[in-house]
Amino acid sequence: MDGAKLKTESLSMAYSANAPYALKDISVDVAENSVMAFIGPSGCGKSTFLRCLNRMNDFVGGVRVEGRVLLDGSDIYAPEVDVTALRRKVGMVFQRPNPFPFSIRENVAYGQKLLGERNKSRLDEIVESSLSSAGLWEEVRDRLNEPAVSLSGGQQQRLCIARAIAVSPEVLLMDEPTSALDPLATARIEELVRELKKDYTVAIVTHNMQQAARISDATAFFLMGELVEAGPTTGIFTTPSDPRTEDYITGRFG
Amino acid sequence: MKTHFMRKTADLTATAALCCCMAISTAILGASLAFLTSKGWGALTWEFITEPPRAGMTEGGIVTPIVGSVQLIAVSMAFAFPVGILTAIYFNEYAADGTLTRLLRLAIRSLASVPSVVLGLFGFAFFCSFLRFGVSLLSAGLTLGCLAIPTLITAAETALQNVPQDFRDASYALGATQWQTIYRVVLPSALPSIITGGILCVGRVAGETAPIMFTGAVYFSPGFASSIFDTVMALPYHIYVLATAGTQIDKTGPIQYGTILVLLALTLGISMTGIVARSHMRKKL
Ligand SMILES: Nc1ncnc2c1ncn2[C@@H]1O[C@H](COP(=O)(O)OP(=O)(O)O)[C@@H](O)[C@H]1O
Ligand SMILES: [Mg+2]
Repeated sequence: MDGAKLKTESLSMAYSANAPYALKDISVDVAENSVMAFIGPSGCGKSTFLRCLNRMNDFVGGVRVEGRVLLDGSDIYAPEVDVTALRRKVGMVFQRPNPFPFSIRENVAYGQKLLGERNKSRLDEIVESSLSSAGLWEEVRDRLNEPAVSLSGGQQQRLCIARAIAVSPEVLLMDEPTSALDPLATARIEELVRELKKDYTVAIVTHNMQQAARISDATAFFLMGELVEAGPTTGIFTTPSDPRTEDYITGRFG
Repeated sequence: MKTHFMRKTADLTATAALCCCMAISTAILGASLAFLTSKGWGALTWEFITEPPRAGMTEGGIVTPIVGSVQLIAVSMAFAFPVGILTAIYFNEYAADGTLTRLLRLAIRSLASVPSVVLGLFGFAFFCSFLRFGVSLLSAGLTLGCLAIPTLITAAETALQNVPQDFRDASYALGATQWQTIYRVVLPSALPSIITGGILCVGRVAGETAPIMFTGAVYFSPGFASSIFDTVMALPYHIYVLATAGTQIDKTGPIQYGTILVLLALTLGISMTGIVARSHMRKKL
């Protein structure tokens, strides 16, 4: 498919030289300004896959990555790639909300400060617009200097989204961003994800199939490190082509 | 099978033993404080802490050793803090987890158990003679720093280890380099507990005699050290001198116990400052 923002070609990955492959021959396209959900039973490699897309797996000593990951057509594993610049383009939100032990403002401004932005009014602007995009501005505008940990779990996760947005990424990777949240906070994040695709390309891992059905345009189903099937979400959930997908979404295993 | 009665007795015995030990520890602390205070309280006057010793230490105050001790602490911490923290960062963030790293760690742990008198002689040989710093504030401060470094490294390493991996992940995912992550996230998060560790070291360093008696502390000095190459008087050494070299015990005795109280107040004061600073920093985070 052309117009894919992010694309993997025969991506295989193992955590060390003699470990079995955690991902096997994954080829998948994520279209620009869409939400793609990655589902599958736990341990099937969803997080591993996501962390290949912004090279967070580089920190695990001895990982082997084969195949290619293309962002706008260029391979992010090419030797000349600046990994820090890549990670600014491909932002990430983690499973557990992980705000820094700083103030709300400092959390959002962090990425810009890394880039050397010192202008206070410019930083304030970015903090406000990022928090607004994350749907958190109204709740925190009067308490920007309070510690981020004083926020509720759901607010913390939206803060983490704001923090990721603040460096103007093009892609947002989200690894089960609602698994630590209550249903109300989850609903807010889901609503937010649908909003975010106007400006960003979103790849979201979830173990919640209803969630995938509610928020995604495309869905990929992983099983034991392999991509079983990927396609438009409606198709996957109504007429899966692989019996294993059907078993999973009808809850016969998982 | 144990009966209910037996279990109850065992429980009571254990509680009694624990209370007993607690009482003993408290009694030791209380008795020594009471003893020192009763002996030294009379000597504590404004003149005592603002005037230099006079008439062969039988009169006057102890301002010279007070200032000397503060200077020694300053020099030793200026040396030990950066070296200790940076070493801990190296071990915790950069060093690969290999045999060499483990050996180096072991070496540092062992360094912590080197008797302070040995360190004092090392300081004399290395700083005073080999590096030609002479018997000076600098040599003594560096030797005290050596004493503090192993503890500081361990404290800093523990603090760094306790920084959640989540923070690092978040930082890297925003495009931070390793050094940016350490400098902007890991260190600030760990600093409150590094400072706590540092404070304990300062307390220990402030009370040590052996490392400074060969390297920079002197029996008597007419004024304050105005350069790091001058010698200094120091509170612990002053106590040692008063306790061992005095011939007029009736006159030096009160001064000796007064000095002990001042030294205790100094170390306690340092700890309090650190604790306040720490809670302030906690609030800011
Ligand atoms: N850092 C790691 N080192 C080695 N193996 C790992 C690491 N992280 C995950 N794995 C392994 O890779 C497989 C996939 O894990 P993961 O990607 O976390 O699955 P999921 O997110 O779908 O639950 C699992 O077998 C897991 O044990
Ligand atoms: Mg996972």
